[in-house]
Amino acid sequence: MLGRTAVTRGSLSVADEVGLYLELYRRMVLIRQFEDLVNALFLQGQVHGTTHLCSGQEAVAVGVTSVLDPADRVAGTYRGHGHALALGLDPQRLLDELLGRETGICAGRAGSMNVVDLEHGLMGCFGIVGGSIAAATGAGLALRGTGNVAVAFFGDGATNQGYFFECLNFAKVMNLPVVYVCENNGYGEYTPFTAVTAGSIIARPLAMEIPSQTLDGNDLWVVRAAARQAVETARRGDGPSFIEALTYRFVGHSRSDPGKYRPEGELDRWRLKDPLAVGRRRLVEEHRVPESEVESIVEDVRTELDRVRQKGLAAPFPKPDASAREFKDG
Amino acid sequence: MAEIEFRRAIRDALDEELARDESVIFFGEDVAKAGGVFAVTPGLWEKYPDRVLDTPISELALAGAAFGSAVCGKRPVFEIMFGDFLPLTMDSLVNQSAKYWYISNEQASIPLVVRSAIGAGGRFGAIHSQTPISWFLGVPGLKIVCPATPADAKGLLKSAIRDPNPVLFLEHKRLYGLKGEVNGDLTPIGKGAVVREGDDITVVGAMKSVHDALAAAGKLVEHSVEAEVIDLRTLRPMDIDLVLESVAKTSRLVVVEEGPRTGGWAAEVVARVSEAALDQLDDIWRITTADAPIPYSPTLEDAFLPAPDVIVESILAHRRK
Ligand SMILES: Cc1ncc(C[n+]2csc(CCOP(=O)(O)OP(=O)(O)O)c2C)c(N)n1
Ligand SMILES: [Mg+2]
Repeated sequence: MLGRTAVTRGSLSVADEVGLYLELYRRMVLIRQFEDLVNALFLQGQVHGTTHLCSGQEAVAVGVTSVLDPADRVAGTYRGHGHALALGLDPQRLLDELLGRETGICAGRAGSMNVVDLEHGLMGCFGIVGGSIAAATGAGLALRGTGNVAVAFFGDGATNQGYFFECLNFAKVMNLPVVYVCENNGYGEYTPFTAVTAGSIIARPLAMEIPSQTLDGNDLWVVRAAARQAVETARRGDGPSFIEALTYRFVGHSRSDPGKYRPEGELDRWRLKDPLAVGRRRLVEEHRVPESEVESIVEDVRTELDRVRQKGLAAPFPKPDASAREFKDG
Repeated sequence: MAEIEFRRAIRDALDEELARDESVIFFGEDVAKAGGVFAVTPGLWEKYPDRVLDTPISELALAGAAFGSAVCGKRPVFEIMFGDFLPLTMDSLVNQSAKYWYISNEQASIPLVVRSAIGAGGRFGAIHSQTPISWFLGVPGLKIVCPATPADAKGLLKSAIRDPNPVLFLEHKRLYGLKGEVNGDLTPIGKGAVVREGDDITVVGAMKSVHDALAAAGKLVEHSVEAEVIDLRTLRPMDIDLVLESVAKTSRLVVVEEGPRTGGWAAEVVARVSEAALDQLDDIWRITTADAPIPYSPTLEDAFLPAPDVIVESILAHRRK
């Protein structure tokens, strides 16, 4: 199980590069399999309401968080299971939350869209499109001068929110240590981003003279390298950066989305660039990891999640009377 | 008469008003090509491609554009997908649209409609389940319309689109699948309706609470209580005369609100009835949700909401008092 002391936190305590990338690959596998599990449990009526899966986008969350320290802060979105797991939240506590159980990370109060795990640096998964941008900007204000940084994950659609324009400008003029990570998966719900976005996304931060790059968000190695550069800029006190990670969600926007808006063949083309396939190829071809070792990661995660599923389904529901306190005492 | 779903009644109202009046435009996020995330508006874009528009995810721009276009003669209807996102529209709605008629010395009014899906019970958690009425109740110049049936959804939306003032039109998510007869009449804004007659107690609700109150009234018969149920249908302006008439007969009033207790519309009903008819009252109170965010977990959310059994229990407890 991934824990708080995982190799990705701290300043790369694992010297062994292969070991590091195996661990990061494992995280991507965990996220993918977790999402598959959530989907299955949703269809069985065990995960309630709605849920937004990030299958296909794993490399962005894992790559960016792989260069963070424990005291850095991250704001994710309602499509946030990957953000949380990449940061090291125990999948048991995340699944239990989605199942509405007392043992969930927020004791069943939050659900899929609103997960908070401050222990692992996750300020929240924000259900309002653009909300994560504000949260990370504020974290940047608090972290100014400490050498720590804040990261905002958000979608292409969020770049049309007031939050986006106001916060990026705010962070730039105040020189805040924030890394803005746009997970451009091509769509906001059912609408292609090109239909509702004037100009290019990257032109917007560039107009504010925020260092920005657009990159292949399905290649963990590429994401990690860019994130390291952006995070170092922020740690040095040189202000915010912007990353537009091009990626794709292999699943619907949320429940009940047949994906009719996808042009013929688009999904198949992106499947060829599956971040897990890209990662596996790199591990085997560049890092000379035996296929069998990669395969055993997949199997180990499957075994782990099977246990998580069983335990989650057996966990108790919260008792109503414990819940409704409006204010903290004091 | 055929029965249609609540969501279909809304679609039909939009369709008919778009057909009737060229100045009506309708826009929102995924409302046109995709037909809305709650499948409320399919087929409209195909019929009125120039007047039914998909927008960016930019709620303040939606509200601001509605305001500006209304000043220039359009009748904009826009959708804010979940009522929880209404705070992002708030400045334009509150400071521009709601005040314009007055401060312009009546040069122009703002005939816009904001449609928004609200309400809990769907396991959507704290930020996709709220009932945002109390946020807007104290804004003079903004009407708040809250249908409970397909007939009123259609009749009130048509009235809202024709109304010369800004109207917040709220659609309870748990009602979208509700079926009922719809004859196509306009429902007047500002008029409530007695939906069940009874002599022993007046129960006032809106939207889903009306159905919960009716279910409770059905169960109360076994306890020899005949409840009169009122559907307010509009919360601003509020048909307090209808409630007073009923209370003159029953002398007891309970108001059921799905929304936080403090500052809610139920408090407003109780205040107005108390001011006007204190001497006629034997009892008056509210059933609301707690002053707390809406929880996600099924066990927590179910306990949070004023279900029919909660209403029955509360009324019986007050009788025993
Ligand atoms: C302020 C606000 N408006 C609308 C929504 C409904 N909504 C949820 S996700 C979404 C699409 C967001 O697209 P994008 O930013 O590209 O992120 P993605 O879902 O693709 O990860 C919308 C419109 C919301 N949650 N918040
Ligand atoms: Mg997107």
